[in-house]
Amino acid sequence: MKVAVCVKQIPDPADPGEIDPNTKTLKRDTKLILDESDSYGVEMALQLVGDDGEVVLVSMVPNNERNGLNNALAMGAHSALLVSDDALSGTDALGTAKVLAAAIKRIGADLVLAATESSDGYTGTVPEQVAELLGLPSVTFAKEVSVDGGNVAVKRQTEDGYDEVTCPLPALVSVTAGVVEPRYPSFKGIMAAKSKPVEELGLADLGIDAASVGWAGGGQEIVSIEPAPAREAGEIIEDEGDGHERIVAFLQELKVI
Amino acid sequence: MGTIWVHAETNNGAVSTITLELLAKARELGDVVAVHAGGDAEQVAAELGEHGASKILSTGDLDGGLPGPALGSALADLAASEAPQAILFGTTYGGRDVAGRLSAKLDAPVITNIVDIVDSDGLVGIEPVFGGTTNVNTKFTGSKPGIFLVRPKSFNAEPTGGSPAEVGALTVPELGATGSAKVVSQFVEESDGPKLDEAGVVVSGGRGLGEADKYQMIEDLAKKLGGAAGASRAIVDAGWVPYSYQVGQTGKVVKPDVYIAAGISGATQHMVGMKGSKTIIAINKDPEAPIFSIADLGIIGDVHKVLPALLAALGE
Repeated sequence: MKVAVCVKQIPDPADPGEIDPNTKTLKRDTKLILDESDSYGVEMALQLVGDDGEVVLVSMVPNNERNGLNNALAMGAHSALLVSDDALSGTDALGTAKVLAAAIKRIGADLVLAATESSDGYTGTVPEQVAELLGLPSVTFAKEVSVDGGNVAVKRQTEDGYDEVTCPLPALVSVTAGVVEPRYPSFKGIMAAKSKPVEELGLADLGIDAASVGWAGGGQEIVSIEPAPAREAGEIIEDEGDGHERIVAFLQELKVI
Repeated sequence: MGTIWVHAETNNGAVSTITLELLAKARELGDVVAVHAGGDAEQVAAELGEHGASKILSTGDLDGGLPGPALGSALADLAASEAPQAILFGTTYGGRDVAGRLSAKLDAPVITNIVDIVDSDGLVGIEPVFGGTTNVNTKFTGSKPGIFLVRPKSFNAEPTGGSPAEVGALTVPELGATGSAKVVSQFVEESDGPKLDEAGVVVSGGRGLGEADKYQMIEDLAKKLGGAAGASRAIVDAGWVPYSYQVGQTGKVVKPDVYIAAGISGATQHMVGMKGSKTIIAINKDPEAPIFSIADLGIIGDVHKVLPALLAALGE
């Protein structure tokens, strides 16, 4: 079985950075890392293919960045297809989906895995857009995934619990955080990652018109960016062994107790 | 004013709260048509009408099919002839699926994570970023219908006393492979106490608890206050509690009267999901923790000392 995993390289969420006043999009000029959300898809893929399958990473960036990809390769993914093109700067969710779909089509996969949303843009629409562009069925928000013959069985998160969904392959599944426990790359894995094949392509290689992606291709315009109304500063006290008493008094004032 | 479509999510005749919230906004913006997948359109027509929808267009029962491809395709076809000004979806499991499919079908972008829509020479979606400290205001530039994904609890659901919505049919085109995923069975996870996104009091724990066993203090405190227990993404990812406990961008958005954050530093991810709480109490040992910037009462201290003392003080 061949599984394609969509992975995103993002700025470290511990240092969320700032908005570029010219492009009005998030500055992504710092070193990028593998989105933690995507480590679940990578792990899931590795477990599903076992010893005789193949896990291929698919990712896009405007600037050749590979740091996050290397991390996923070190976990055990076999190869990667990186779409890198200056014209991708500022690409929105639908544009991203177009690029990923073209890349996945080129690879050919029995199953496509993605996270439910990225940790920097968190639109949460890319997996479903990719599935539609590829003409694939999809099951989103998976909390459990298994493959049996030509079908994938998924426990899909719902508001009240979960649905059991089955779907014939090829298909796309988006996985929630916690679907599996991602492994840490071993030293051996990190060394092996250095020699794994990473194919790097531009938009032209995939037959994508640069005008259909990037910020200009997005069909939307950021009108303004403003500070949100701030909450008023509250009372901050140091616990000297009596912090709980202040909380009790506060809860009484609020008539919670 | 143009026509606004609102994705109506229902469950056996019950309309979801977010649908009613969306209707409250949509009726300010134009003539409202509810669009729906499921077998219960007749049952919900009266309630949708009371909240401002003049019509409900429904695919009918999908026979186990998922709403994403079915409703997405049906709406894409209809949008070509009806040209609604905007289509509003809630940021829910179903809403995101339909919006994503529809977006790809129409080759039209989605403006996501918005908390308000204002009409200013075209509809503008307001999206809070960086934990809600900054708002990004975005509008569509093309002539296609504007697809908006709206966060829960952005608007107040309120009936206006309209007459029942007129029920009409939505035709689902042949879906081919995209329609082949089927729901085989459904499970409802029972929990005692109020639901996380409806509770008046929410107590959430984070990585500062140190280990999974200590989460019991959060459950105990929530129970004593008649509230629900929540969690930061960090401890959900760590496997301490299920995903359904998660408060934040990726999890549930909550707006309780009182929110208690214990051992949560206040990552953007988390703050977005709880910043709208009426009153926020934070306990964290790091005085620099971002959560204190939005707390009404902040206790700089060790959760392992403050929580047991608090539980003891609250007694039985």
